[in-house]
Amino acid sequence: MSDDARTLKPVDVVVVGGGWAGSIMAKEMTEAGRTVVMLERGPDRSTAGEGAYPASIDELEGNFRYKLFQDLSKNTVTIRNNANQTALPYRRMAAFLPGEGVGGAGLHWSGVHFRMPPDDLRLRSRVIEKYGAKFIPEGMNLQDYGVTYEELEPFFDKAEKVFGTSGEAYKVNGQVVGQGNVFSPSRSDHFPLPPLKDVYTAHLFRKAAAEVGFHPYSLPAANASQQYTNPYGVQMGPCNFCGYCSGYACYMYSKASPNVNILPVLRRHPLFELRANCHVLKVERDSTGTRATGVTYTDAEGKVVTQPAEMVILTAFQFHNVRLMLLSGIGKPYDPVKNEGVVGRNFVYQNVTTSVVWLDPKVETNQYIGAGGGGVAFDDFNSENFDHGPLGFVGGSPVWVNQAGVKAIAGAHSGGPPGTPRWGSAWKAGMIDTYRHSLRIDAHGANMAYRDVYLDLDPTWKDAYGQPLLRMTFDWKDNDIRMNRYVVDRIGDVAKAMGARNVHLTRREFGKPFDTRQYQTTHLGGGAVMGTDPQTSALNRYMQSWDVHNVFVIGANAFPQGTGYNPTGMVAALAYWAAHHIRTTYLAHPGPLAG
Amino acid sequence: MQGLAGVAACGTVSGTGAAAPPKPYMPVFFNAAEWNFLLAACDRLIPADANGPGALALNVPRFIDQQMTTPYAQGAQWYMAAPFVQGPDNLGYQLPYPPRDLYRHGIAGMNAHATTRHAKPFAALAPDVQDDLLRAAEGGRLVFGDVPSAAFFDQLLANVMEGAFSDPIHGGNTGLGGWAMLGFPGARADFMDWVDRYGAHYPLGSVSITGETA
Repeated sequence: MSDDARTLKPVDVVVVGGGWAGSIMAKEMTEAGRTVVMLERGPDRSTAGEGAYPASIDELEGNFRYKLFQDLSKNTVTIRNNANQTALPYRRMAAFLPGEGVGGAGLHWSGVHFRMPPDDLRLRSRVIEKYGAKFIPEGMNLQDYGVTYEELEPFFDKAEKVFGTSGEAYKVNGQVVGQGNVFSPSRSDHFPLPPLKDVYTAHLFRKAAAEVGFHPYSLPAANASQQYTNPYGVQMGPCNFCGYCSGYACYMYSKASPNVNILPVLRRHPLFELRANCHVLKVERDSTGTRATGVTYTDAEGKVVTQPAEMVILTAFQFHNVRLMLLSGIGKPYDPVKNEGVVGRNFVYQNVTTSVVWLDPKVETNQYIGAGGGGVAFDDFNSENFDHGPLGFVGGSPVWVNQAGVKAIAGAHSGGPPGTPRWGSAWKAGMIDTYRHSLRIDAHGANMAYRDVYLDLDPTWKDAYGQPLLRMTFDWKDNDIRMNRYVVDRIGDVAKAMGARNVHLTRREFGKPFDTRQYQTTHLGGGAVMGTDPQTSALNRYMQSWDVHNVFVIGANAFPQGTGYNPTGMVAALAYWAAHHIRTTYLAHPGPLAG
Repeated sequence: MQGLAGVAACGTVSGTGAAAPPKPYMPVFFNAAEWNFLLAACDRLIPADANGPGALALNVPRFIDQQMTTPYAQGAQWYMAAPFVQGPDNLGYQLPYPPRDLYRHGIAGMNAHATTRHAKPFAALAPDVQDDLLRAAEGGRLVFGDVPSAAFFDQLLANVMEGAFSDPIHGGNTGLGGWAMLGFPGARADFMDWVDRYGAHYPLGSVSITGETA
């Protein structure tokens, strides 16, 4: 430790990261009577500040200068497609956009709010039951989460009530109650709010998908369809489809965020302290290495400070959690050659391609109208909802129109149909036609985990604090490419039923490597996964480190493989699930919760 | 002539004609030769035509010049730590140059190339020759020292699009002309009463953050 290090007064719990997971864990721990310090490396943020209309309605600042996102100049990752390459720094925002600041990416996410499908939670077991163990391709690390839908259901329900989620149920307590997703499992209660209205493009998609024989449903959205007061007593206003969700703080207080839904209560709690602009360098451990003693961080003035604590809860973004474990020596680092170790193992992404449908030029699709979580989806080719046997791939993909609000610069960049120049009069004509009369359909597919896709520390590049960057070794695999191509063909069927004037189906191409220059999604996962076997998971099923029992790690890092759904609903449920077991068992009897 | 015509158009707010033209914008970052290139290139990248105003009427060059004095243009948001190792394109940008330097190197390179090939700087060439040069740069077929031309072109094109279609508070999209051509309502940001008016043309014009309407 350096000479200028200061050691602060001990607290019960340190929470590293001020996003959804951190806010939920801090709320739960203060409810349990524990003192909590939340350390957030970015600035303090609030909807009243960053979300204030009209200054917040600025596409250049929000989506092109990344005002609310991670400061890459201080810390980024390196990326390569395979272990034979030199990984190079991700120097400019493109493929994925991690957040930073109080609220994390939860301040400026879209709002799609799913429960994990029951089959996805035990995907390895399900695939073996249905198709036999030989169906799993060589090199694919298919695993179960070690927790079932039935166990998580109360926590999915709780998260939806805190978020004020809008949607339509299919089954409540085993009874069919509405027009929701026929593939979704039974719920203990309805969504807290009715579904958002369909925008025009979603309405057309719903009709066409049903005509083709699929089962469309309203996307569950943490964008309030009506005024709402959540169980913590904070209020949300109804979404007005302004189209400024992803990249923005919601000026209507309609999109759920830690800043609107939890922090207003937490900030006033006497047991809670928020410290912004504090970058955690390391989790400290005692001489046995099996117990954390607190964290060391750089504070807003650049001083190195140690905060002792009885418990450390890592709630940073997926890959920051993994990196902190590697930097702190918590859990055995993954070695892909020996196929040993767990921290960095099963790093996954999401397999998204967007197809475009052009309608009659007399029809205005008004793509600027939207809600981040709104839209219509069908799940006929998601999860284990269809027979993979004859298709020969693992994984699936929901398909949807999720018109979150396409703004002018984004429209200009998207341009016209393939083959249109990127500039000049031909671009202008094609781009204007596309902006005004087209719609987009996503295949929002899962990405499986593979032995040679992983995270570790980079040998060359360092962050602003002198610590090694995280290194990603990632590429698309044939199994996932085949899945995408199969599902995108089904989009073709729906587009035809919509009366499309022109359709561009975007399929993942064999042999085309992961391209860090193209925005795809920020839904990264895995790297410190949960499970029931310490040989293949870094965390037990309660999100607790197998090796250091007073460290809990909450985030999409826990997903053993990718999913077709957006991760936030699952991360929130896992936070409440872990908090429940900490409160009911761990606090009275600190020690491993699974053995 | 291209360059001079560009200066005049760029200083005009809406092209109404009758009023005395306002003073041309004086660039802060770009020198005269660079500015002439920028005016000419912007005019080719978004030309005025039947579909709407061009980059000059939208004051895109002014937008880019003003951006050059922001932290963004100095690379403050990019990871700029050495070493800079070149690799496959799909692993992304690996040059040691922030946007300002890309412009400096790129414009000098374009003008040097134009002078070698055609004995005139870019701005003095005929539009179709300018288009050929821009296409060559876009396709990465020119090299400006250690700056591949596509890296410069992509930077320029991205900023041109931003200038034409961002809120006028940033210096471009003059008269909300970029938004009007798309039918984009800008900062209206309230469609509660239009979300289920299926396929219909939105009747209200665009509005900017400061309340300017079109």
